[in-house]
Amino acid sequence: MSILSPAPSARRTVEKLERVWAEPGGLHELATTVSHKTIGKRYLVTGFAFFLAGGIQALIMRLQLATPRNDVVGPETFDQLFSMHGITMIFLFITPVLSGGFGNYFVPLLIGARDMAFPRLNALSYWIFLLSGIFMYSSFWGLQAPNAGWFNYVPLASEEFNPGPGIDFYLLGLLFLTISTTAGAVNFIVTIFKLRAPGMSINRLPLFCWSILVVSFAIVFAFPALSAANILLWLERTFDWRFFDPTGGGDPLLWQHLFWIFGHPDVYIIFIPAAGIISSVIPVFSQRPIVGYTWVALATVAIGIIGFGVWVHHMFAVGLPQISMAFFAAASLVIAIPSGIQIFAWVATVLGGRPVLTTSMLYALGFVVVFVVGGLTGVMFAVVPFDQQVTDSYFVVAHFHYVLFGGAVFPVFAGLYFWLPKITGRLLSEPIGKVSFWTFFVGFNLAFFPMHVSGLLGMPRRVYTYPTELGWDVYNLLSTIGAFLLALGILLTLANVVRCVRVGPPAGPDPWRGDTLEWATSSPPPEYNYPVIPTVRSPHPNWDEASLAEDRARLERGELTLADGHLTPASTVVEGDLDEVLEMPSESPWPLVLAVSLGVAFGGLLLEFWAMAVIGGIMTTAALVAWHSPGAQEQEEAQA
Amino acid sequence: MTSLAHAATWDSATALLAGTPSVLDPAGDRAETIEQVWWILFAISAVVFAVVAFLVLLAVARRSGRPLRGPEARDPLWARVLVLVGGVAFPAVVLVGLFALTVDTLPAVSAPAEEGELTVEVEGMQWFWDVRYPEEGIVTANEIHIPVGTPVEVRVTTGDVIHSFWVPQLNRKIDLVPGKVNSIVLEADRPGVYRGQCAEFCGVQHANMAFFVIAEPRDEFEAWAGRMARPPGEPADEDAERGRDVFLEYGCGGCHTIEGTEADGELGPDLTHLGDRRTIAAGTIPNTRGWLAGWVLDPQHVKPGNRMPGIDIPGEEFQALLDYLESLE
Repeated sequence: MSILSPAPSARRTVEKLERVWAEPGGLHELATTVSHKTIGKRYLVTGFAFFLAGGIQALIMRLQLATPRNDVVGPETFDQLFSMHGITMIFLFITPVLSGGFGNYFVPLLIGARDMAFPRLNALSYWIFLLSGIFMYSSFWGLQAPNAGWFNYVPLASEEFNPGPGIDFYLLGLLFLTISTTAGAVNFIVTIFKLRAPGMSINRLPLFCWSILVVSFAIVFAFPALSAANILLWLERTFDWRFFDPTGGGDPLLWQHLFWIFGHPDVYIIFIPAAGIISSVIPVFSQRPIVGYTWVALATVAIGIIGFGVWVHHMFAVGLPQISMAFFAAASLVIAIPSGIQIFAWVATVLGGRPVLTTSMLYALGFVVVFVVGGLTGVMFAVVPFDQQVTDSYFVVAHFHYVLFGGAVFPVFAGLYFWLPKITGRLLSEPIGKVSFWTFFVGFNLAFFPMHVSGLLGMPRRVYTYPTELGWDVYNLLSTIGAFLLALGILLTLANVVRCVRVGPPAGPDPWRGDTLEWATSSPPPEYNYPVIPTVRSPHPNWDEASLAEDRARLERGELTLADGHLTPASTVVEGDLDEVLEMPSESPWPLVLAVSLGVAFGGLLLEFWAMAVIGGIMTTAALVAWHSPGAQEQEEAQA
Repeated sequence: MTSLAHAATWDSATALLAGTPSVLDPAGDRAETIEQVWWILFAISAVVFAVVAFLVLLAVARRSGRPLRGPEARDPLWARVLVLVGGVAFPAVVLVGLFALTVDTLPAVSAPAEEGELTVEVEGMQWFWDVRYPEEGIVTANEIHIPVGTPVEVRVTTGDVIHSFWVPQLNRKIDLVPGKVNSIVLEADRPGVYRGQCAEFCGVQHANMAFFVIAEPRDEFEAWAGRMARPPGEPADEDAERGRDVFLEYGCGGCHTIEGTEADGELGPDLTHLGDRRTIAAGTIPNTRGWLAGWVLDPQHVKPGNRMPGIDIPGEEFQALLDYLESLE
């Protein structure tokens, strides 16, 4: 490949880049690195650790519900388990893994950049994510975890009915985490708009990057509603400012509106990047470009926008006027169209291609099948009377696990089998992968399909137990068996990953003959990603022999190698023409210091230990000043 | 924990309850409308799923030939047609149909009852249902009697957090929201006992907040209403009279009301006609002497976290209390 070019001029360029981009190593690197690949790997590992924690919570719940009137755990523990299961999977696993992990690692590679636009902000995002996760999980100490569900409805979550610290862990923990999510989103928007390799006009942007771009905009608009809700409820609980209490002029439905104005777009914030992975995997293993690239990209944008207009379908049973429900029913139906375009584009790609059934492709095709089921039950919820009948029953639990587990975790696994060889430089075992897939697929359906039935038979959600002889027993037992089978499938992949990291055979730069730029560099990629900034003349640059040859030639000529410093090119937003060359920041301790300072402040707020909160605030300000002081930057530049 | 609480098992506890509260086994027009909607949705979904699954299997089955990798996509006409028909045209038609179905059925399940029909007021509390018939002057808990073939308006409110009132066989659910009065119409077209349950998470005993709608022929309903409207008479015998004194002496009246006595608490269910009810603790256990005894002595064992404290009452007084509670027909 291009980077192995033997020409002496090319070798000199590579040596120079190695020197400029070298990481300091050791503890110093641990605390100060800003490399998007290291940060991406940290997101992946941390996110998967939370996935396992949330999975264990789910298995305990399934054990409790395996038989009627079971007593594996009591109601207080059960309520904390289902609350933390939701919080973990939504906030600490899926978005961190999809956007934080795959997004961070692959967006710069896919667009031919050498790092994210704001590498230090990126490091800050990770540290805040880690600390806020630890913050929320520390509530398990003494079983004081949030216990009002991930949706945290008032007045159940108010001081009067929930005086313990669990809800404060939720409110402050999520406020803290949102700083990370928002910073990450801004970083992606600027990176994707400005750091694309010259020639990558917006209509050549890989579909995974399209999905991250759309999701980042959705995050920027959706999360403020959640933060507003959290701040208001925190003020109500702490200082008795009654925003949600009707006896004080408030309204409990205000919480529901604010929460779901965030919460429904968040469903798409989870699903869209997962769909982006599918749009990357399916064409490669179908050995042809995706059908309807433009349609799929525009559908992604449409889903991101329409997703903001459907939140009230979570509230069809609260007693709203029929005219408002009809409006939101229409919006909820319309979103099926862009989703349908994507599904049929994937199916047409496989149909018109030459599919190779690797493990990654199996997970992608498994996704298509189960996501269609979740999408169809999703359409059902737009039909208001049916929604009012089955909402808050196990039918909904079945639906959203088909959409979120089927629609996002299947793609995460497809992405893992697809991209892990790029990250580690080693191949996963295909036989173990295939056994893992079938166990996972059968287990998933056995766990979640029967929930449709138990819901139609009248079983409500969020119950820690149920009476026998209502006809629910057998479906619950099946779900429990399925859950353990699914867990086995996940463990097999985990074992496969451990094996891959330790003894997997070398992957080479391009094990799958991929179409996008990440496959044009070595596995794992060097710190600077590409020795020469790649040429892009199509949406599939790695399938474009002419442009690969051009890259090799330019490396030998030393053209656009940008080896004289921490440099990456910036291009124009739409056309992707070379605009300027940017000097990228290098290692810094300040992101970690700032994250810890914020952690001190949030800890003080949690404990209502105001002095500590003020100290945390002062530390935060000081860290920000130090981070941005011109003196420090000049010194660094002098060192560089 | 008492030996009495162990005397019966959970299995026998539920034996007398109503059958499966299935959405697919409607007992009234409104639930039947929703059931029909479900079967329409199911049929459409089954067809769409079958088509997509078939296409995926077809694609996987015929995998051979030269790879089509290249810098530019050349989508064959059939592929573009498939995306446009499958992803846009077909959904657009179906979705318009589903919107019409929504607008058509929404009033049927949401329409208010006619003036002058029976009205029931239900207040949800952690974790039971307070049931009142304002016109008839009836107060009870966790059981709603309705005459067959009559639309009954249920006005729902909450005394604390959000609950949701759901009797799947009779109608959709409706939330009980602080500061709001919502209403829903129940109408049964055949006699029976229909199970309902709280559907919005409302705290530790959300799982044990059930109730029953008992639909009976009009004459039986009227006989029941007549009985319920009268306060219970004086205790029948000395034991029951002693029991009433025990009830008041141990402060039970601080939380429970028994019409005609000093007991006028409002935190727990009204016990004026306790003997009329099939279950105690909101559908959790049967209303028999053994279960009642276990409940009074150790309610936290049966329904952990509920608001009722256990009371240690010496044997003889306790038996008298049970005599009295059983006599509240």
